[in-house]
Amino acid sequence: MSSTSLTLGRAKLRLPRRQVPVLATLVLLLVMYGIGVSQYRAFSNVQVVFNVFIDNGFLLVVAVGMTFVILTGGIDLSVGSVVAMTAMVSASLLQQGLPAQVVLVVALLIGPLLGFLMGCAIHFFEIQPFIVTLAGMFFARGMCTFISGSSIPITDGFWTTMSQQRIGDPQGNFVSISVLIAFAVVIVAAWTLAYTRLGRNVYAVGGNPQSALLMGLPVGRTRIAVYTISGLCSAIGGILLSFYTLSGAPLIAVGMELDVIAAVVIGGTVLTGGSGYVFGTVLGVLALGVIQTLITFDGSLNSWWTRIVIGGLLFAFILLQRLVGIRYK
Amino acid sequence: MTDTRSRYRAVTGHQLFWPVAVLVVMLAANTIYRPGFLSVEVNNGHLYGTPIDILRLSAPLILVALGMTVVISTGGIDLSVGSMVAISGATACLYISEQPDQNSLPAVLTGLAMGLGIALVLGAWNGVLVAVIGIQPIIATLILMVAGRGLAQLITEGQIITINSGPYRAIGLGHVLTLPLAILIALAAALLVAAFTRWTALGMIIESVGGNAEASRLAGIRSGRVVFLAYVLSAVCAAVAGFMITANVSSADGNAAGLWVELDAILAVVIGGTALAGGRFHLSGTILGALIIQTLTTSVYAMNISPQTALLFKAVVVIAVCLIQAPAFRARITRQRRAAPTSPPTPAREKEEVPA
Repeated sequence: MSSTSLTLGRAKLRLPRRQVPVLATLVLLLVMYGIGVSQYRAFSNVQVVFNVFIDNGFLLVVAVGMTFVILTGGIDLSVGSVVAMTAMVSASLLQQGLPAQVVLVVALLIGPLLGFLMGCAIHFFEIQPFIVTLAGMFFARGMCTFISGSSIPITDGFWTTMSQQRIGDPQGNFVSISVLIAFAVVIVAAWTLAYTRLGRNVYAVGGNPQSALLMGLPVGRTRIAVYTISGLCSAIGGILLSFYTLSGAPLIAVGMELDVIAAVVIGGTVLTGGSGYVFGTVLGVLALGVIQTLITFDGSLNSWWTRIVIGGLLFAFILLQRLVGIRYK
Repeated sequence: MTDTRSRYRAVTGHQLFWPVAVLVVMLAANTIYRPGFLSVEVNNGHLYGTPIDILRLSAPLILVALGMTVVISTGGIDLSVGSMVAISGATACLYISEQPDQNSLPAVLTGLAMGLGIALVLGAWNGVLVAVIGIQPIIATLILMVAGRGLAQLITEGQIITINSGPYRAIGLGHVLTLPLAILIALAAALLVAAFTRWTALGMIIESVGGNAEASRLAGIRSGRVVFLAYVLSAVCAAVAGFMITANVSSADGNAAGLWVELDAILAVVIGGTALAGGRFHLSGTILGALIIQTLTTSVYAMNISPQTALLFKAVVVIAVCLIQAPAFRARITRQRRAAPTSPPTPAREKEEVPA
């Protein structure tokens, strides 16, 4: 059956099969945007697109980190908690009067450190990534409430500037600095995956760890590296979130890991690893953002429809990946 | 001397040794902190006391973890149990709240049947995705985990449904023969699952499917059907747990009911010694794992620590138990202890470099 679909694909479509999920996401995104434009006049405003980026900038950064982990065939459940912990740590340090630069450095170090430790536990002790990152999730969430049981506001000058600075054209359309940071992260990540030794190792380990090891690739180092990268991305995401909300709250970003995993899967990355692109993840995050915008525009639909639609999309894309013939183990 | 050593190793090597040890240590620490911790008293013909509370509150987790054990032993995982808890609880509560007489037994039973029915359908959906279409379990159940919360809120229309039904509340708070009804239900479910898996060939079949689904299929076992049934069983267990959780508070909250229960259940299974990769499973270990988690939660409450900070302790326990049970970690410890004089420790692994 797979051979017929293969010949069909070559004869008629001339599409590389691996890119079909990404293209499907792109088509879906355009269709959803088209529906929005045809239904609501204000939807065609450029600012709507910019707002999707502004509202989901931190999600995008975290999803990029998750793409690395999932490409190696692992999973990182701790991202949402690490995002909250980073926001919480920076808020509480700023409250104690530390300078913004010091706070930034400290906050950006905690996430990668936790990721590094989790990667070590996964590699050296051969414990399932699922369980290790679950413990990491509990730990980070516990640290949040340990720091403070209630939300801490941020009044620091640097943070408020980053939060309120608008970069835009004369017509009044603008993006926030967070969006630029998110794009920088995306570009660096895409370049790393496509053109560096680490990136190729990530694909190799995800494709088949046994073969990668026999080829002499540093499997352990790559595995630890991806969890560290995911931790770093979560930390950056946490900083962006604290720019966005100007506070640190212990229960913020609960369940975010689900949205992130959903975005990565909708973006065409296969959960068993070895196949996927950062560009797809960007499209996946955009798809989630556009769904939310559509539901907000509609007004009669309630917020829980977001979850149901995301679940339905997940199902459709997983089915598509199977039909296209990307092999699961 | 070798005899005592081998006996010592036989005890510590037993699958249930570490879970039991952890539980005993926790109970001991609690008793030292609060001498009245273990006391149980009879009041109105019912047993009361912290240990009974722990048993009663751990009942839903035991149920969910039972289903999870079977799913995990087939080599799968069921992330959707938390949503399943919320959906079945919401369905039952919604039906009962619409009845003129909420105390009538037929109405409550119909509500329970509807909740179970929905859970059966959703469990079958999971089963079809995994066994027929062949989607990786973690993703197949992720769909319902995400969409299920939305479904539960759709059923309750975003509200918290409160009910005032005696028979329904009894599921969570009632007593039979001085013991809480909830723990008896959990126990009965455990015995039922144990009877089916240990007295018939079913348990062996499940383990063989988890060990190697393809080989089992070639050996004449209908792997697909076994996997399918495992997900249905997990959904039913989650539904009953959902009734208990909503009955405890006499209300159904689509958002909060059963939140994180899937993670607790997976933890209970892992603490109990069932490998996440599938294969052999240990029902008694799972029950012990659930008790450990509930004891931890209760003792953290008793020490006046906020429930969210309890997660910190949970993380420590998870890592400790997983490290103790990880073969690589054990091998490293024993190697260092045994091979001090001659052989070089861990030849290849030490060379792994850390990333910059």
